[in-house]
Amino acid sequence: MDLTVSLIAQQLVAGISLGSIYVLVGVGLSLIFGLLTIVNFAHGALFMTGAYVGTYVFMKTGNFWLCLLAVPLATGMIGLFAERLLIRPLYGRGIDYPLLLTFGLAYVLMDVVRMLFGVQGERFDTPDALQGAVDIGVGMFPLYRLVLIVFTAAVMLALWLFIEKTRYGLIIRAGARDAQVLRVLGIDVSRVWLAVFGMGSALAGLAGLLAAPMRGVSPEMGIPVLVEAFVITVVGGMGSLGGAIAAGLLLGIVVSMTTLFAPEMAELSMFALMALTLIARPQGLFGRKGLLS
Amino acid sequence: MSDQHSAFVRSVADRAARHPAAATILVLALFPLVFPFHTLAINILLFGLFAAGYNITFGYTGKLSFGHAAFFGGGAYGCGILIANYQVHWALAVVFGVALGGLIALLIGLLATRTRGIYFAMVTLALAQCVYFLFFHASSLTGGDNGLRGVNVPRVALGPISIDLLDPMVKYYFMLSLVGGAVWVLARILRSPFGAILEAIRENEARARACGVNIEATRLLSLVISGMVCALAGALNAINLSTVAIDSLSYHTSGLAMMLTLLGGMGTFFGPFVGSAVFLGIEHIVTGYTERWQLIVGIVFIVLVLYFPRGIWGSILQRAGK
Repeated sequence: MDLTVSLIAQQLVAGISLGSIYVLVGVGLSLIFGLLTIVNFAHGALFMTGAYVGTYVFMKTGNFWLCLLAVPLATGMIGLFAERLLIRPLYGRGIDYPLLLTFGLAYVLMDVVRMLFGVQGERFDTPDALQGAVDIGVGMFPLYRLVLIVFTAAVMLALWLFIEKTRYGLIIRAGARDAQVLRVLGIDVSRVWLAVFGMGSALAGLAGLLAAPMRGVSPEMGIPVLVEAFVITVVGGMGSLGGAIAAGLLLGIVVSMTTLFAPEMAELSMFALMALTLIARPQGLFGRKGLLS
Repeated sequence: MSDQHSAFVRSVADRAARHPAAATILVLALFPLVFPFHTLAINILLFGLFAAGYNITFGYTGKLSFGHAAFFGGGAYGCGILIANYQVHWALAVVFGVALGGLIALLIGLLATRTRGIYFAMVTLALAQCVYFLFFHASSLTGGDNGLRGVNVPRVALGPISIDLLDPMVKYYFMLSLVGGAVWVLARILRSPFGAILEAIRENEARARACGVNIEATRLLSLVISGMVCALAGALNAINLSTVAIDSLSYHTSGLAMMLTLLGGMGTFFGPFVGSAVFLGIEHIVTGYTERWQLIVGIVFIVLVLYFPRGIWGSILQRAGK
């Protein structure tokens, strides 16, 4: 194989675009965990649902920008209903119960999608405006993947501004630190949790939509994503948004580079990364020690 | 008359509670006599053992694992590969399968017990997925996507006599002889001081640590025991089906163990077998009518968690205790 600098640079950019999907998924999961201490096992199913809603809207309207609006709204709504009706009764009953419940919810979402769209899976063609390739200095690179990177960066910037600079963000940060004090200060914490679960679900759906042109769409597509999201969380540190971003990008680059040098090891490389993290730094790159003991 | 009757019932219940293994084996031995579908009965028996093994981790140690498919599938492939590819004697193959399942549990446990709390569920799921990929890629040994075929054990020689495993009734009692042995060992372990320590950790980790219990080592050992029981269930299932599907290592298989345990009653000795009988029974009926089985599984999961966290057998025990 001709291993040129440009080939490696291209693979690096490919890794960052793959990592962008991981970042969106991982940040959503970490956001929910950081506030609600819930591991959302339906996260992968919401990712899949987002991809299907996107496929449907795109088929009906042909407008990708409309998908970018409709998908987070739809999966966010599912998240809101799930938190309000199913998860809220479980608060205070031990951390395993919400996890088991969302596991069941994932099964329901998968089968509902199979009922509505069939078991076969669909193709999702890259929108015309985003097809083609551009020269990025080290060679041609697919436009869609570049847009994906830029879009993810914009979403992360917006999220950062929201959490760091607004009053609502202040409440969320306070809730992650100490929900009880927040309650004493007269804030309705259950509404904060509801909103955060909705936001996390919206991010999962958005990730699913953005991944659809690269990965295709099928009812089972959420399962590997759930596993990847967990690897990111373990590597980045639970409940840390910065950790999720760093780990998501790192994972994307590692998987992408392994694909270049040893394709058959690509799936295993992320587990190796997780195992290394567990041995060297069990709390994750950015995790606080003893956060979850 | 009714007083006499209830006194009799109570004394039977007391004896059953004091000898859970004997009571469980007795019920399982009588089961095919009243249950006409013998092939289904074998599945109920083997998946009941799988859930009973899972229950060691989930119910008794209080750790929620999403990775037990790796132990079940590891046992199934370990046993199946030796029989199908190397024509090894079935008993030796089962022992190897159990050992392989235990080894996988040890490796996963060494990594997973480095984290605490809710991390355990995520790490076990991810590492089980890793095991799935390893077996999937080793297709020259495992058959990859097609699964492993030719795990044929048609007859089993017991001393001078040879029994015919193609007869479902005979096969059931052959499987029961091994499952019963495992159930007895499980009961013995849970009644030992080690079993008491497991429950002590589940109820109050800090206090157990203060009493000088080595929490990490105890948890690791309990995961290995749990893994070996699940591996036995997997190995016997390989012989039962004559094949091993790659799906036996999948996410859904771990979910199944969790479902059966939750449905039957976590932390109860007999619950996993009850869960297995009810779940597989309903599956058998429902899949005849609809393909939307997973939808029902998901809804049952949600309803159980919200309204019946003790499960069927757990609720019965609670009522009886009042």
